[in-house]
Amino acid sequence: MPEKKEHELIVSVSPHVKGEESISRIMWTVNLALLPAFIASLYYFGPRALYVTGLCIVTAILSEYIFQKGLKKKITASDGSAFLTGLLLGMNLPPGLPFYIPVVGSFVAVVITKQLFGGLGYNIFNPALIGRAFLLISWPKAMTIWSEPTAVFIALDAKTTATPLGILKEEGLGKLIEHFGDKGSLYMHLLLGNRAGSLGETSVIALLIGAAFLLYKRYITWHIPFSFLATVGALAWIFGGKGAFFTGDPVIHILSGGLILGAFFMATDYVTCPSVRKGQIIFGIGCGAITMLIRLKGGFPEGVMFAILLMNCFAPLIDRNVKTKQFGAIKPKPISTEKEQKK
Amino acid sequence: MVKTATFERGIHPEYQKEITSNKPITSAQLPSRVVIPLSQHTGAPAKPEVNIGDEVKRGQLIGSPAGFVSAPVHASISGKVTAIAEFLHPSGRMISSVVIESDGKDEGISFKENVDYMSMGVEEIKAVIKDAGIVGLGGAAFPTNVKLSPPKEKPIDTVILNGAECEPYLTADHRLMVEHSQEIVEGLKIIMKTLGVNKGYIGIEENKPDALEKMREVVSKESNIEIRALEVKYPQGAEKMLIKAIKGREVPSRGLPMDVGVVVQNVGTALAIYEAVRYGKPLIERVVTVTGKGIKEPKNLMVRIGTLISDVVGQCGGLVNGAVKVIVGGPMMGFAQWSLDVPVIKGTSGILVLTEDEYVSSEEYFPCIRCGNCIDVCPMGLNPSMLSILSEKGRYEETKEYNLFDCFECGSCAFVCPANRPMVQFMRLAKSMVKP
Repeated sequence: MPEKKEHELIVSVSPHVKGEESISRIMWTVNLALLPAFIASLYYFGPRALYVTGLCIVTAILSEYIFQKGLKKKITASDGSAFLTGLLLGMNLPPGLPFYIPVVGSFVAVVITKQLFGGLGYNIFNPALIGRAFLLISWPKAMTIWSEPTAVFIALDAKTTATPLGILKEEGLGKLIEHFGDKGSLYMHLLLGNRAGSLGETSVIALLIGAAFLLYKRYITWHIPFSFLATVGALAWIFGGKGAFFTGDPVIHILSGGLILGAFFMATDYVTCPSVRKGQIIFGIGCGAITMLIRLKGGFPEGVMFAILLMNCFAPLIDRNVKTKQFGAIKPKPISTEKEQKK
Repeated sequence: MVKTATFERGIHPEYQKEITSNKPITSAQLPSRVVIPLSQHTGAPAKPEVNIGDEVKRGQLIGSPAGFVSAPVHASISGKVTAIAEFLHPSGRMISSVVIESDGKDEGISFKENVDYMSMGVEEIKAVIKDAGIVGLGGAAFPTNVKLSPPKEKPIDTVILNGAECEPYLTADHRLMVEHSQEIVEGLKIIMKTLGVNKGYIGIEENKPDALEKMREVVSKESNIEIRALEVKYPQGAEKMLIKAIKGREVPSRGLPMDVGVVVQNVGTALAIYEAVRYGKPLIERVVTVTGKGIKEPKNLMVRIGTLISDVVGQCGGLVNGAVKVIVGGPMMGFAQWSLDVPVIKGTSGILVLTEDEYVSSEEYFPCIRCGNCIDVCPMGLNPSMLSILSEKGRYEETKEYNLFDCFECGSCAFVCPANRPMVQFMRLAKSMVKP
């Protein structure tokens, strides 16, 4: 009898096959989706965009690595999520910051907001947004110095100016339109990104390209962005006008500030938004409502960041209470016991 | 053009059915030895009716039902009973089994034929089905005569035959439908007669066009049986999903198909019913798809119950060098085996051998990142993310608020999880820690 080769069999639980999804794949795909907006930021704000964003990314990855290595935890610094946090933070910052501000912000985002809560999956707040909020509170002056975009890749000196929402709040719609020429020109500038603002938020077109890619790949769904934008638009229309209701301009509000960036890339962050689709709609509406409340009535011209952070608090509550559409939840109608049945 | 029927959510794994879908069923060689577990069905194990040393013939009763939900067990070959003891079972447990050494003759007892089976009485038919040891061949192995005896409070108006075979790789039911379409439909007619139902459906996934064609041909002569083409999606073959797709009815939470007036049977079970009623043949063999990249010669084999898997694998060329996993059943819900010395039992629809490159480990997993993929695919509309987190954190009682017991462990959630979480394990753990 010839010696049979003994096969050592692996025993594990079902299922024994898996789909291709992985955390890395998701993170790097989202990073890729932000590439158009990043390129736009280079175009409008020059090498400063690379400098600020680069600092954020490098600090993010490094601080995650050092934290995990130091506490002898599993090292996940290369999975793309720290990169994403750094990238998103960078895109949310004004171009003219000195080096320490992006570094501190990134550290706060990754280590304090994410790692100290238990790492990916356990953070309550969107890390990039807490980073930005922290910076805004710590360096209010530097964080509100905006530059006029230069629309060339190499820009050395840029003129400082106010963002469109800043002008809208301080000086009114008329002055804002005047600044850009006419309404059509204003919309074009907002759409293309030729306006002052955070590095990644200005070019709506570039952001939408990335968002369309994520929607197509089903990495995000329409639920949060649509309900967020629709709420902003509706409230802007109803309450945004001077004096009378229903005279506001929804388009300006939807295209301005960090709304497109926030609605598609930040409010949709898996960990900090609800997972149940119905709950996501509630979340989006809440974000939209708080954004407009701050924009119209609050002290800041921009509300997206705070709106998302406040709604992050509600995400667990929403997820616990909004139930999925369960199979067999409805009581069935008793079937006919007649032997004759209609087809 | 009728729209393809389907249910909500579900997944689309790679099917790899082409490995065996065109291979006609061939008979396995007669085994020299069979190990027949007394428990191959849901319910109480059978009581042994033979002793060590007895000579038995093929089809002879060797274990009788022990209770209402139980089934008899029969010798699948002729020979001598050499042991009645605990042996390894595909479920991983040690189960009391009867071992028969073949005498090489394959002599059968005389079987009672019923040429005019459609004029038999309902109770007589059910007695034949019970005595033949027929259980659900789709995998759950529920005693068929019990399923065909629903309580009076649950009137039945529909019978559905399950020809979905949604698990990847498996093609046993597919081949049965192509090669034994007539007998399967006769089996359905017998089932419908037994239940007093005059509407029957056969659900077949669209990835089996030859089966659809053959079955449609046979059914065209029947006025009250309809073939329904189903969208190819996992787990379409789960009976609740099947009922939803074909009749649009949702079996209530924690309920059974009879709660919505339906009885579902696998096409293989229907065939076994026909063979028992028409030819008096007890359940002693079944089709097994032996497949996967890890087996040298994939086949659809008609195997005698009790044949050891090592024997079956040997008849298919043996394991390939890089084979690492042998699964009894399909890749989504099957059981991985550590020894090939386990028998083929009534519910064994497939033997799947996976290789190193196909193997995915769940050893390393991450916290739930709340991506919601699992929620998007769970066929029962549950929140697997929440259930897995509660289970992971030991908060088992709270899982009941999220309908834990509606989970039938199809594995769709684990399939799509980017964090590689052992989702089904979390569900099973929670289920074991709470009272339903």
